[in-house]
Amino acid sequence: MIDGFIALYIFMLAGFVGHEIIGKVPAILHTPLMSGSNFVHGIVLVGAMVALGRAETTLELTIGFIGVFLGAGNAVGGYVVTERMLEMFKSSKEKDS
Amino acid sequence: MSFLSLENLIEASYFLAAVLFIMGLKKMSSPVTARGGIIWAGAGMVVATVVTFLYPGMGNYMLMMIAIATGGILAWVSGKRVAMTDMPQMIALYNGMGGGAAAAIAAVELFGGEDHGMVFGTLAVLGGMIGSVSFSGSLVAFAKLQGLMKTTVRFPGQQIFNLLLLTATLLVAGYIVTQHAEFNYIVLFFGLALVLGITMTLPIGGADMPVVISLYNALTGLAVAFEGFVLQNAAMIIAGTVVGAAGTLLTQLMAKAMNRSLGNVLFSGFGDTAIAEGSEVAGSMKPIDATDVGVMMAFAEKVLIVPGYGMAVAQAQHKVWELTQLLISRGVDVKFAIHPVAGRMPGHMNVLLAEAGVPYDIIYDQDEINPEFPTADVALIIGANDVVNPVARTDPASPIYGMPILDADKARNVIVIKRGQGAGFSGIENALFFLDNTRMLYGDGQAMASELIHAVKEL
Repeated sequence: MIDGFIALYIFMLAGFVGHEIIGKVPAILHTPLMSGSNFVHGIVLVGAMVALGRAETTLELTIGFIGVFLGAGNAVGGYVVTERMLEMFKSSKEKDS
Repeated sequence: MSFLSLENLIEASYFLAAVLFIMGLKKMSSPVTARGGIIWAGAGMVVATVVTFLYPGMGNYMLMMIAIATGGILAWVSGKRVAMTDMPQMIALYNGMGGGAAAAIAAVELFGGEDHGMVFGTLAVLGGMIGSVSFSGSLVAFAKLQGLMKTTVRFPGQQIFNLLLLTATLLVAGYIVTQHAEFNYIVLFFGLALVLGITMTLPIGGADMPVVISLYNALTGLAVAFEGFVLQNAAMIIAGTVVGAAGTLLTQLMAKAMNRSLGNVLFSGFGDTAIAEGSEVAGSMKPIDATDVGVMMAFAEKVLIVPGYGMAVAQAQHKVWELTQLLISRGVDVKFAIHPVAGRMPGHMNVLLAEAGVPYDIIYDQDEINPEFPTADVALIIGANDVVNPVARTDPASPIYGMPILDADKARNVIVIKRGQGAGFSGIENALFFLDNTRMLYGDGQAMASELIHAVKEL
């Protein structure tokens, strides 16, 4: 059970990690990194799967289905777009070889 | 309970996924390792998704597979097909989907009627609200950047209207949490939140969209973290919070690069004041033709290229790189100078140049390159406008006054490739175009780059 202060600690520490990761990034990587973090919150798919998996009424099933659909779109789309962007980052040395 | 129980396997997998996400994002923050980063994060996502099928007490697997397959395939195809210039709105779209998914989780939890207690109930509702705002707001941002929605809707008292809407949404949210309100209130709540996302985004001009997309990205992260608390899912909490914090900082960096506060971006109509207040610029624009520019650059020692959104629109990046290679082979020192908000997103220009094959080590940030402009023989400006407007340094009446700019006006010669004589995205006249050392090369970015290549080859 993730509860009370443990939850707060996780929240605080993860917040610092996110801050730390972006802190020293060159502007060149801002768009790919925004795209990459966009992919990472695609983890919402997992939560949507649990919500759909436990759904019982038609209403819950419908919303759960939409949730999983949207979550899968976030995760897959985020990955494809980020990967395509990062694919282009090559230094001049790599180009020559 | 044995150590190798199903619960432990699931928790361990989520733990692994969280580690992979953080390592992946860390790798993505350096150009050398960035390409590996997304693969690490991707592996984390696969591990987390697969293990979730083993989650206890679940059913509806068939529906789940269909939803994953349709959502995944649609996103895969659209993501593979989209042109590099259209990337920003695709990020907005996928981000909106994530926000929508978080809102859907909240909706299922609320409609399910299970009592989560005050703390988790509040988190569920807040996550649902933030997710809904991010969903509808991102869709508006997508529609605007995609050109589906051309008008910027503003009406008197809009900010007060939005504030009232926000208050109403929060009141209904409070009622739902404390009174365990039924169906109608939950529908009303999500309806209000969705409308709020739309009305918040409608008045924001296209130039500010990157900041807004980044903000919604951070908000979706936060919504995911909140729903993670509700579902007791550590992977969602950690990934969501990391993205929320990273996205907030990124949004601030972007707003700072435009010398504006986040509140200013969200609550002020930029274009309105710009046209009214911008002072007249004296002088005339002096045209030049490509042959002369070709000679000028070929015999220069140092050429700095300043690309802007116009280069993206003209798809000129490949021709520009061809020209650059030609100049480098003649011994010219060529560098690219990138303003933090050039294009429609920070780093947008870098991505386009990278697509054309420009190595990242000849691409420079504003702070690195500004001291070099006074020693440059030619500053070649392709489709950039506001980010090189010296008015930002000199005219306190200008709406962009104080915005850090590239000091292109300090170069010995300034060549501006531009389609027509109109003002920039902000609607402000550019004093740079009227300077004595500036020459205008009128035409489409790609066509002009081709002519320059031709001119240099002829020598």
